[in-house]
Parts: sequence; structure tokens; C-alpha cells
Amino acid sequence: MKDLADLLRHHPFAEGLDEDTLALVAGCAKNVVLQPGDYLLREGAAADSFYLVRHGAVALETFVPARGPFTFLTVKTGEIVGADWLIPPYRSSFDARAVELTRAIAFDGKCLRGKCEADPRVGYEMMKRFIPPLVKRLQSARMQALGMYDAANA
Amino acid sequence: MAAQMDGATAILTVEGLEALLQAIQAHGYRTIGPILQDQAILYGDVSSTNDLPRGWTDEQDGGRYRLMRRGDDALFGYSVGPHSWKKYLHAPKLRLWTAERRGDDISVAPEPQPDDRLAFIGVRACEIRAIEIQDRTLVGDLYADPHYKALRERALIVAVNCGQAGGTCFCASMQAGPRVKQGFDIALTELLDGDEHLFLVETGSDEGRVLMASIAHRAASEDEIEAAEGVIERTESSMGRDMRSDDLNELLMSNLEHPRWDEVATRCLTCANCTLVCPTCFCTSVEDVSDLTGERAERWRRWDSCFTMDFSYIHGGSVRASAKSRYRQWMTHKLATWIDQFGSSGCVGCGRCITWCPVGIDITEEVRAIRGCDASAEEPQ
Amino acid sequence: MPQTLEACAPPLHPMAPRMTPVTRFIRESEEVFTFDLAPERAMPFAPGQFNMLYAFGVGEIPISISGDSKAPERLTHTIRAVGPVSAALGRLKAGDRIGLRGPFGAGWPIDAYRGFDVLLIAGGIGLAPLRPVIYWLLRHRAAYGRVGVLYGARAPDDLIFRGELDEWRRTPDFQLRVAVERAGPEWMGDVGYVTPLLSKLRFDPADTVAMICGPEVMIRATALTLEDAGVADSRIFVSMERNMKCAIGHCGHCQFGPLFICKDGPVHSYDRLRNLLACREL
Repeated sequence: MKDLADLLRHHPFAEGLDEDTLALVAGCAKNVVLQPGDYLLREGAAADSFYLVRHGAVALETFVPARGPFTFLTVKTGEIVGADWLIPPYRSSFDARAVELTRAIAFDGKCLRGKCEADPRVGYEMMKRFIPPLVKRLQSARMQALGMYDAANA
Repeated sequence: MAAQMDGATAILTVEGLEALLQAIQAHGYRTIGPILQDQAILYGDVSSTNDLPRGWTDEQDGGRYRLMRRGDDALFGYSVGPHSWKKYLHAPKLRLWTAERRGDDISVAPEPQPDDRLAFIGVRACEIRAIEIQDRTLVGDLYADPHYKALRERALIVAVNCGQAGGTCFCASMQAGPRVKQGFDIALTELLDGDEHLFLVETGSDEGRVLMASIAHRAASEDEIEAAEGVIERTESSMGRDMRSDDLNELLMSNLEHPRWDEVATRCLTCANCTLVCPTCFCTSVEDVSDLTGERAERWRRWDSCFTMDFSYIHGGSVRASAKSRYRQWMTHKLATWIDQFGSSGCVGCGRCITWCPVGIDITEEVRAIRGCDASAEEPQ
Repeated sequence: MPQTLEACAPPLHPMAPRMTPVTRFIRESEEVFTFDLAPERAMPFAPGQFNMLYAFGVGEIPISISGDSKAPERLTHTIRAVGPVSAALGRLKAGDRIGLRGPFGAGWPIDAYRGFDVLLIAGGIGLAPLRPVIYWLLRHRAAYGRVGVLYGARAPDDLIFRGELDEWRRTPDFQLRVAVERAGPEWMGDVGYVTPLLSKLRFDPADTVAMICGPEVMIRATALTLEDAGVADSRIFVSMERNMKCAIGHCGHCQFGPLFICKDGPVHSYDRLRNLLACREL
């Protein structure tokens, strides 16, 4: 697991994480390479993984009948894909598709949840890393939902 | 244009005042002054002292105005009415230009500048201040309003020191009156003592001196000068309202979310009366009109009010949709942000907005409430 | 300290438009169009200044100049058709004449920040008032540090200046990120709100000047994000919109607290606006 811990150490997600914890959570991780068009997550399927994008771009999308897939967020280098693994029933609420060659660290959600349960300190470290991007995404999603560009001035 | 007072004083009788009016007209002026009309003292054309509201006064309070008989023949024995001189200098409705299409060519002809010479008779100290404030707004910046400028430059001001303070007056609080100090050609103080009815006259410009030189008058005595002083002092000490005004910019702008704005909004009808009677409110809108053939178009300017929804409309809606925000805009502009914009308060303490508010909202009261003082504790008795 | 051009002699009738021919008309998207005006004499303007445009018999609206300040003999305006006047302007064709007054207001102080990193953040049609700054930066590229442009739009079909976006994307030392709120699979750019993309740009916050033009909610969110990143509030500039009838400080409509958007702005530094933007319905 040494290699994975190394990869993890260079991702912003792991910034400031102590070596022991790093090694512990790396035990739930594996390195993946995704080709353009590969799906990381499928809407409605079990959300047993989340991904730290090391390099590349992933589109979060949903399919609209008669109109096709709609992307509502692109996730890029240094960011996280997938939050549904955190909450029961661990089911993915959207599709995640690689739009270019993407290298990522995939985490086994069940494995990591177990380690967090076992050691709340690890759980808290993980939460501190998950909540900020999720809150920021929520803020952005609100702005997008308002569709305020229509009100822009000239 | 009128200048500083030069200290020369003279005495005119009522007949002398008549002669002065005639002399002003002979100088080519259209004389405009107080007249009785529609159960109020308004401003309109006056051709002689007989047109003035002789023996009338007014009683004013929040949302209340009533004409009353005086016990004497005073010609200027009233406080200011609903009109102000802005109705002449800053026209309520004005065509700005006319455009005509001839084939592919469109020509735009600006409205010619007026060459009227207006003489305002009976201008109060607060009104001179108001005109000076409008000067700053409409001609004192990068762009000058040509219509206003043309009329203003030619206007003659015959001021009157107030012989009484109205029920809603607070010019003393705004340092705008009641004494006429500047900005006049001729200033009068009406002296009524038994059967004697005189006017102490000061001149404030060359034109004022020329006019006075053209009519019969005599020098004022020490007693008469003292009597005129007494009139002004009595007025100053009997203001119907008062308002601390030295800290309003900071006070109001640091209280933009004060609960009082919500409270006043429950009373305010957003009728815009206060902005129409205010002698300094200058806001306007424009209307573009075209004839049925589409060959001719005009742009008109008309008074507007920050109390309307349209005033702040941008694509999508009005920026100030609530009554609270519109009242707050009016009052904070008048008393606070005006200072940032134009170097002085926009309020002259004339009290018109209090008198002509249909629900009697009192700007001095609103300031007191925001200041956090108990209003009743500040009233004498 | 937004910059204004040295005022030339104010016209005798500042409210009277000069009828000016349209020389070019381009449709940018379904709702947005661009046209050029050829004034009789070149009309020097600063990036960020605006003109009042009059559609015969219909009315007049304020529109920022979206063209190059180096070529003031041609005045370019980019407009979204949302009301009767803008809709009338949208029906113009080359050779038609419209009324022109301007230029008005204080523009982007780009000249005053030579040597700085420059960030431009635009939302929707807000890219139009910033395009003169982009032209300026491309022309004076060596005088500035890193340059980054973020542009947010509703969907790929709503993007304006598409040909130029491609050019700018290919320009060396010119960071451009375009984010749309939603897109189909053919869109290869960013999807999401525009503000988070700031983290993707390289700039030194201590030596950065930022300019924002877009809806007010975007201005607020973006200014805060820039401050969080360490950009001084006095070096964040935003362009504001309010109702305007005269553009010369007389009609009173465009007031925003102590400011007249028409003559103190439309571009203001954020340190002057912060408290005003925080107050609803001001």
C-alpha cells in the first residue's frame, strides 16, 4: 500500500493528514485509470465507491428523456467525485462519466466507513475533508438553480 | 444672479411695494408670488399687491393645512404652501427634444432654451436654500440642465424674512432660516404695528439696488431695523418642529436595518406627495412618444418620485419593491447621502413633507425614533 | 479610483441624442446581438464606459461599450433583448440610424494597474463590458503579470463572442475558463458555477486586480471568494446596474446609497460597495 499512500499524499484531499491515518485510509483505496466515456458512478446503482481525481475531468450528469444526458457539474484534478457512499442506502444519485483520460484514487466506501466507525478521530479527519467541498458545491448548486445569469447587466 | 447682502436698508410702504412690483415688471420680468387658490396659498402670477393673500395665514400640522384669517392686513403673513419655486425653474413636465424622420434621415431638434425672466416675490430663506441646493444638483456638476440654467440665471429673487413660523417648520434646525442671508436681489421684512404697515428692504445685488433706486423710498430708522430683527428672532424661537441635524449621515446610514423603517412602512402610502412638495427633490423620468405616422417622436421629461415602483425598475423587477425600502431611500437620500453627493443636506426644514403627508408622517419624528429617543420626552410640557 | 476620460466640453443639450448609423449587425445567440455604430467623429471612450442608445419613438437605454477603445471611430454594443427598447434595437440592420449619447461614467481602471496580475470574472452578458479590457490586455500584454478570465453562462448556446473565445483560449499566457450551468455531452468545457473556477487560475493575490461584471448575486459571491483568496477589496472592481434615465446625474434613478451609478460608476471598487451590497433593496 506504500505506493497508494504516496499517491494519496499528493492529492489536496490528504493535505495535513498524519502518516498513520494516511496509511490506514490508503488501505481502502486503489489506483484507477478511466478512459473517456467510462462511468465512475451510475445513477441508481450501489454507491460503494468515491474517487479522488488525480488528473483528468469527470462530468456529473443525469439523463433527460428526449433530450439526452445533461451535465450539471464537471469535477477536475484535485477534486472529489461521489458523496452518496456516506449516507444510507448508499445509492448513487447521478451518473459520473470520464470526459478525458482520468487518473483517480478509488475508495471502497464500506471499508472507509468501517474505519471511521472504529476510530472516530479518523472519522472526524475524513469529515473535515468531505464537508468543505460538499458545502461549496451546495452553494454553487444554489447559484446555478437561481439561474441568475439571465439577470446579468450590460 | 443674486449676491450677498450689502447691509443697505430702506423702508417701503405698501404703496412703495406696489411701485417695486411695477418696476420689476417694467424691467421685463414676469412676477410670480403667493396667491389664494384652491383653499391654499400657492404660487402664481401676480400683477399687483392686490393679488397677494392679504390678511390670510395658514395653520399647519402633520397631514393638516388650513387657511385662516389674520387680524391684520399682512401680505406675507403665512408659512410656505404646497408649491415651491422648483415648479418654475425645474418644470414638472418639459419637452426635451423633437425628432423627425424624413426618408432615411432623422433630425433631432432640442427644445429651445427659455428666455423668460422670472421674478419670484416672497421667497423664504428655506426656499433660497432649496434653490441653491437644486443649483448644485442641476447646474453645478459636469452637465448642466440648460432649461433650468437659463431660467435661473435670469431669475430675480425678492425674498421675505418670515414673520411667523409654521406648525411644521424647522428651518432653524437645518440652518436654512428663518433669516434671509444670501442669494437674493431684494429682501423684505414685513413690519406690522397698529395702523402702520411697512417693509424693511435690504438689497443684495446690483439689480436689486437699481430697482430700489427707481422707486420712492426712505432710509430705515434704528427702531425699524431693530423691529425687523425682532420679527426674525420671534420666528426663529417659535419653530413648530425641531430636529438635530449634525449627525444624520452617520446616524441613518448606520441604521439601514432599524425596525423603525418597518414601522413607518405600515403608515406610508407611498403616494409620493412628500417628493412633489419638497423644494429640493429633483428626480425626473422621461417619456418617449411618437405620432401615429411614426415620422415624429418627442422626449418629455416629468417629475418622478422614488416612491413609485417604476423608479427603480430594472429587467426582472423593482430594486426597491417594499414601502420600507422606498421610504428609507427618500429619507436617507434627503438627510444623509445627499451630503456625500452634493456637500449639504437635501433638507431645508420647510416642513412641507410633514404638512402634505396624507397620514402625517413627520420626518423629524422619524429621525427621533431612529435616534432612539422617546419622542414625547423631547417635547416641551 | 475608476478612470474617466478627460471630459470634453459637455454638449449644450446633454439629453439630445445624435442620430448615428449602424454599420454592422451580428447575432451572438438567440437573445443577444452586437452592432457597431459609426459616429460622425471618433468618440474616445474608456473600457467600461457606457452609452445611451435611443430607438426612434420607443425609448432609450444604457448599454456598455463592448468594442475596442483603440478604435473609437467604431462604437460596438452587445445587447440582450429583454425589454421594448432592446427588442427594437435587436431589429436593426446595417444602415439604420439610432440615437446616441455618451460616453458616460467611470470605467475599469486597467491602465492604473500595470504590473499586476489581472482577473476578469464575467457572468452572462457581463462579458460585454469586460471585452474592452481584454482587448486592452492583449494589446499591452507585456505590461501585466498573469491574466485570467472566467466567464459563466447559462448553457453553451448562450455563449457570446464564440469566435474570440476560441482565439483567447489559444493565446499564450492567457488563462480562460468558461463555465456553463448545464450542458450536453458535446460540451468539453467546465460545467458548474463560475466562482469556484477561481481556484483553477494562477495568480498572486497580493498583486492582483480583479474586475467583475455580472448579476449582483454573482458579484457578491465572487467578491467574497476573491477576498478569501487574499485579494484586497480596494483592488476588486465591479460594474453595477440600476435604472437610468439620463446618465448625467440629474434624474436620480440610479442611486445606490451615496453613489450615482451613472457618474460615480458604473465601475466601483468593492470597498465602497461592500456595505451597500449587503443591504437589501437599497
